[in-house]
Amino acid sequence: MAATASKRRSRHLLPGFGLTLGVTMLYLGIIVVLPLVAMLIKTTSLGWDELWRILTSNRSMAAYRITFGSAFFAMLFNGVFGLLLAWVLVRYEFPGKRFLDALVDLPFALPTAVAGLTLVTLFSNNGWYGQILNPLGLTVNYTQVGIVIAMAFTSVPFVVRTVQPVLEEVQVDLEEAARTLGATRWQVFARVIWPTIMPAFVAGCVLSFARSLGEFGAVVFIAGNLPGMTEIVSLLIYIRLDEYNYSAAAALASVLLVAAFLTLLLTNLLQAWQLRYMERSK
Amino acid sequence: MSHPTRTARHERSGPERVLIALAFVLSALVLVVPVALIFAFALREGFGTYFANILEPNTRHAIWLTVLTALIVVPINMVFGICAAWAVTRFRFPGRNLLITIIEIPFSVSPIVAGVIYLFLYGGQGLLGPTLQGAGIQLMFTVTAIFLVSLFVTAPFVARELIPLMSQQGSEDEEAALSLGANGWQMFWHVTLPNIRWALLYGAVLCNARVMGEFGAVSVVSGSIRGQTNTLPLQISQLFNDFNVTGAFAASSTLAFIALVTLILKALLEGRGWR
Repeated sequence: MAATASKRRSRHLLPGFGLTLGVTMLYLGIIVVLPLVAMLIKTTSLGWDELWRILTSNRSMAAYRITFGSAFFAMLFNGVFGLLLAWVLVRYEFPGKRFLDALVDLPFALPTAVAGLTLVTLFSNNGWYGQILNPLGLTVNYTQVGIVIAMAFTSVPFVVRTVQPVLEEVQVDLEEAARTLGATRWQVFARVIWPTIMPAFVAGCVLSFARSLGEFGAVVFIAGNLPGMTEIVSLLIYIRLDEYNYSAAAALASVLLVAAFLTLLLTNLLQAWQLRYMERSK
Repeated sequence: MSHPTRTARHERSGPERVLIALAFVLSALVLVVPVALIFAFALREGFGTYFANILEPNTRHAIWLTVLTALIVVPINMVFGICAAWAVTRFRFPGRNLLITIIEIPFSVSPIVAGVIYLFLYGGQGLLGPTLQGAGIQLMFTVTAIFLVSLFVTAPFVARELIPLMSQQGSEDEEAALSLGANGWQMFWHVTLPNIRWALLYGAVLCNARVMGEFGAVSVVSGSIRGQTNTLPLQISQLFNDFNVTGAFAASSTLAFIALVTLILKALLEGRGWR
């Protein structure tokens, strides 16, 4: 009883509860919730048959395949590249480390349209990378490889930034104990370090995947946007809007929205897992 | 948290050298070369053409509209971030966790979808669109729609930085100020604000970068009318579609410059111990 009383007192001690909560709820209501409700109403007004017809049309199916497939490959690249960067930035001291650390966030700071323009120019026939790759038969622009590259570029920071803080917490004494017991460098990584950073790594990969699913700006420049070949879901939505086919746009947008909420749920579960793991190892 | 004792005594091992070299080479190929290309292409026809491209009326208007959007959206989301963080970290109330989740929603909504949900609210066939149009208010395909959708996309940026910091700091300082006779505003200006200023600035810097660069959401709601509702990213896209590559890169260079400033500010703020 005493605890509740003191809690209640401290709750009323600080001013501004009504004002700040009111502003927050009003703002979220107008800016975030209302548009989502409008979208929900639009989608549900379609009816199941119509919704199903739109969502399972050949063109939609091809767009899911291309979008989810490309996002998967982009995630694989970022899993490897992100883990390498996080490892190097946490474990080693070297000149230029702060520069490299700051550079990691470039894809978040650089507008996606600028990234798209830059990538398509880099990989064009006489571009800096294209003139080396194209003679080898590796065409990037207007192929799915281009989509993967655009998605990979825009989601570089996720894995690095989720793994970095956890890797910093890995206990050095545990590693040293393992080494004195005769474990090899690789065994230490596989048995001591990897289990600790794995939930964060997976969470970073999921975030990277989710970001890639919705990426639009960078992809439209490099994709060529051929229906069934290099047309991603976001672009198909955009095209349906241009055709004033708002039902199809609403249905497809709800697919991306559901995918986004599922990944949000998944990363929250992963974070809870990571926290439990860290608590237990302490 | 590095391991100074360990690194001080050890020689660089083989794998260590390889991994560092690999990290640098890949980062150069993936991150440095693209930025270098932006400035190289923007300037490839000389400074005269570069400035002519930037001062071209439609590009100049796009720069102005992008700056205006940032000037409107960033302060609003700073105020929202402070209010949300104060309510969520200083009080316990039912629905608090739900509120935190709702604050995070815009992060997981992809750009095109963000545009689409606003279209279904304020568009001609939207939830409120017809009513508003009846009252003579047209929001879609105007700069107001650009402001609104930018507010949505960047709503969590400041709040996300302030919430963990303020819950970690606790309310002892504020309670002390109040018990010494300060009123609510005095407490806020003299205690809360100084305590959170770096995190606030950090959030604002990231919010600004995202507002200026937003493409997908803005492209749905703006109507992309040249010289009227084109922000810089949309203008870049149109210049590229017109085969004016140098012009597109000149316009891009302004945003790339802002991105580099953002990275520097971010590194400096992190160096101040924030994050």
